[in-house]
Amino acid sequence: MPEAFSESACGPAPYRTMQPSDSMPDTVAAKLSVQELSAWYGEKQVLIRVSLDIPERQVTAIIGPSGCGKSTLIRCFNRMHELVPAAKHRGSIQLDGEDIYANGVDPVLIRRRIGMVFQKPNPFPMMSIRDNVLAGLRLTSTRRADTDAIVERALQQAALWSEVKDRLGEPGTGLSGGQQQRLCIARALAVEPDVLLMDEPCSALDPIATTRIEDLLTTLRERYTIIIVTHNMQQAARVSQKTAFLLQGELVEFTETDALFTKPKDKRTEDYVTGKFG
Amino acid sequence: MSVVDPPRNSSRISGRPPSRALERAFRGLCLFAALLPVLVLAVLLFDVVRTGLGRIDVQFLTSFPSRRPQTAGILAGAVGSVWLVGLTAAIAVPVGVGTAVYLEEYARRGRLATLIEINISNLAGVPSIIYGLLGLELFVRALSMGRSLLAGALTLALLVLPIIIMATREALRTVPLALREAGLALGATQWQVVRQVVLPMAVPGVLTGSILAISRAIGEAAPLVVLGALTYVDFLPDGVTSPFSALPIQIFNWTSRPQAGFAVNAAAGIIVLMVTLLMLNGAAIITRNRMQKRLGR
Amino acid sequence: MAPRQPRRWVRRWGEAVIERGLLGCALVSVVTTAAILVILARQTGEFFSEVSISQFLFDSQWTPLFADKHFGIWPLLAGTFLTSAIAIGVALPFGLLAAVYLGEFATPRVRAILKPTLELLAGVPTLVYGYFALVTLTPLLQRVLPELSGFNALSPGIVMGVMIIPMITSLGEDAISAVPGALREGAYALGAGKLQTVFRVVLPTALSGIAAALVLAVSRAVGETMIVAIAAGQQPRLTLDPQVPVETMTAYIVQVGMGDTPTGTLEYRTIFVVGATLFAITFAANLLSQRLARRFRER
Repeated sequence: MPEAFSESACGPAPYRTMQPSDSMPDTVAAKLSVQELSAWYGEKQVLIRVSLDIPERQVTAIIGPSGCGKSTLIRCFNRMHELVPAAKHRGSIQLDGEDIYANGVDPVLIRRRIGMVFQKPNPFPMMSIRDNVLAGLRLTSTRRADTDAIVERALQQAALWSEVKDRLGEPGTGLSGGQQQRLCIARALAVEPDVLLMDEPCSALDPIATTRIEDLLTTLRERYTIIIVTHNMQQAARVSQKTAFLLQGELVEFTETDALFTKPKDKRTEDYVTGKFG
Repeated sequence: MSVVDPPRNSSRISGRPPSRALERAFRGLCLFAALLPVLVLAVLLFDVVRTGLGRIDVQFLTSFPSRRPQTAGILAGAVGSVWLVGLTAAIAVPVGVGTAVYLEEYARRGRLATLIEINISNLAGVPSIIYGLLGLELFVRALSMGRSLLAGALTLALLVLPIIIMATREALRTVPLALREAGLALGATQWQVVRQVVLPMAVPGVLTGSILAISRAIGEAAPLVVLGALTYVDFLPDGVTSPFSALPIQIFNWTSRPQAGFAVNAAAGIIVLMVTLLMLNGAAIITRNRMQKRLGR
Repeated sequence: MAPRQPRRWVRRWGEAVIERGLLGCALVSVVTTAAILVILARQTGEFFSEVSISQFLFDSQWTPLFADKHFGIWPLLAGTFLTSAIAIGVALPFGLLAAVYLGEFATPRVRAILKPTLELLAGVPTLVYGYFALVTLTPLLQRVLPELSGFNALSPGIVMGVMIIPMITSLGEDAISAVPGALREGAYALGAGKLQTVFRVVLPTALSGIAAALVLAVSRAVGETMIVAIAAGQQPRLTLDPQVPVETMTAYIVQVGMGDTPTGTLEYRTIFVVGATLFAITFAANLLSQRLARRFRER
């Protein structure tokens, strides 16, 4: 039994603002560093001592069969895991060398640096396309004068600008599923995060919309550190530089994507990527 | 794509964190709002009990109205209410359950069923005093029932009908379709299935709805005032055609009088009314739980 | 054992009779609506054969029971509007905050206690609230507002508001719970706090459902009788001053109902005209509420 959980859902005041550590060299490889991360829902353990370093400005894929803990893992990265009642965790996660679970760190500030895109597109129904893009600023009461520029830049980055530039005032829910998902990506990018978490972002989309999002990832990784959870191994192979394979809460293998799919070291990885189970 | 800016090396956290103190204050405000009606009722009950509890004795329970508050009692009102509510239930429960069974088990989706459904939901929103006007014209005058118990009970029955119908339909919907099909497959007719399979399983829901309806009928004063229930009655009803008073009418009358002694009587009457309602609701909850256990749900 | 079945035609006939009987039950509600409409329409028609519509709509006094008769509906409408506005002013903010508490903050255990308790409150007879307004709250308010008269719009308005809180809470909570969790997650993932998520995402998304609850609450307040009949007074007065006695439409019907007004007189018909006005307002409100609720569900 774990003896000490860091239950930091509502840590005590005062809140410390994380400062970038000046000593960090510019070429640092690990954007996110995970050490010995375990996670539970109630009594059920879903992650078992996972350790991995996520490289900066690359796409890292997390694969594994349903229920292996992929989603829980990335929900720990932006402290969304703790929103579930009875959710617990132990271990540490560092963003640019700073522990995001340290006492006094406000999860809300972490989430402003680590954006997230969900399985199903979830644009806010009462907001226009434009307001959806700006939602991150509005919801955090961040005042910016250059909202038009922000909207255009975020929509350009999400490769949606040309399709919606003439109807920014229309509701975001009027778009097609693929467009909605790109709108959600734009929404996440508008707050200028460092890291973008994607939880099976294409599972609700058709193949054409999926291709567009995969293409998008290639351009976005020039600027953002991207972590994508997927159950689709071909997708992982197409878009990612590194891949982690999770099985029943354990990190089985984490290496270069090519290596993982062509020369897996672990028998279980080999079985999974060759389709023996999953 | 040229829009991608050169990589930044910013790890500065922008914006203010939301104020946890403000969040906690808001949460407290919300909790206060949720508790406010409960608090008000507690103050109300405390006030009523303090004023009226001492007034409740055998004399109060067994006396007719009087000009002097000390000798007045609730006998006529209480007995009138028992008659009234009994009759109301006897009329409203069968008609309400019948309506619900028709809509859930017999009616095809069509114009008639839609019409009936729209009617019921609209009737549920009609102010109770309008039912008083209906009863006055229809039962008291047109059907020449006079200001009788029967006219009062029929009026209250129409008033509570939507409550019973909605509760019964809810209960009927929870009975699995497979049980109906099993019954029909055994060669039972539709009515046999309804009576022997579906209705027994819906009894807890029907009962809860009926008790809710009765609770509503017990406390209603407005339609009875319009209908012409009496406030000064020195006899007990001897049948459904008898004129009548009712507990809420008696309380209303006492509340409206300026002398302080009558306010005490009103408080005492309210205690009797609230205790009755509490017992009814308690009985409803207990019966429902017991029956649900018996039905294995 | 072989059950004895009645002969086939008997059974079929019996089934038909039962179905007809059940249909008869169902038609009671249709007949009720029809009867309400016919009665209100007929008496209203007879009323307007004696009193002109312009007098009803443009006279500023309502004195059908006096020697100098005036039939302007506005004083009663003003009384109704005033008490209802005060009630909604109390019920909407508190009801909504309570709904937010139940939908967003309460633990399952607290919810399991609070929800049925609030539902139980809806079962308290309004007569009891009327007593409370007249006997308890008005004297209390008079300490703060010495100008407040013994009968007034303020006290019954506030009590009526408290009475309506559980209704807005219950319907509002349904609307809030219907907001998909994915939207809340989306907001949190963008770095929004609880308050921002509630006010910028949850409540706007639940808006039409909340509007439906509000309109239904208005209908309820307009039609509420006993609280205002007991504590607001019986003086039709064209005023928006909450401190003086007023009379609502419902209280007027009660006032006439308590007296022994002979059938067929003009005074007798006034209660049906007022009733028809009341019915029209509440019916329109209920219809609007249903439409809003449907729009909310369809989205």
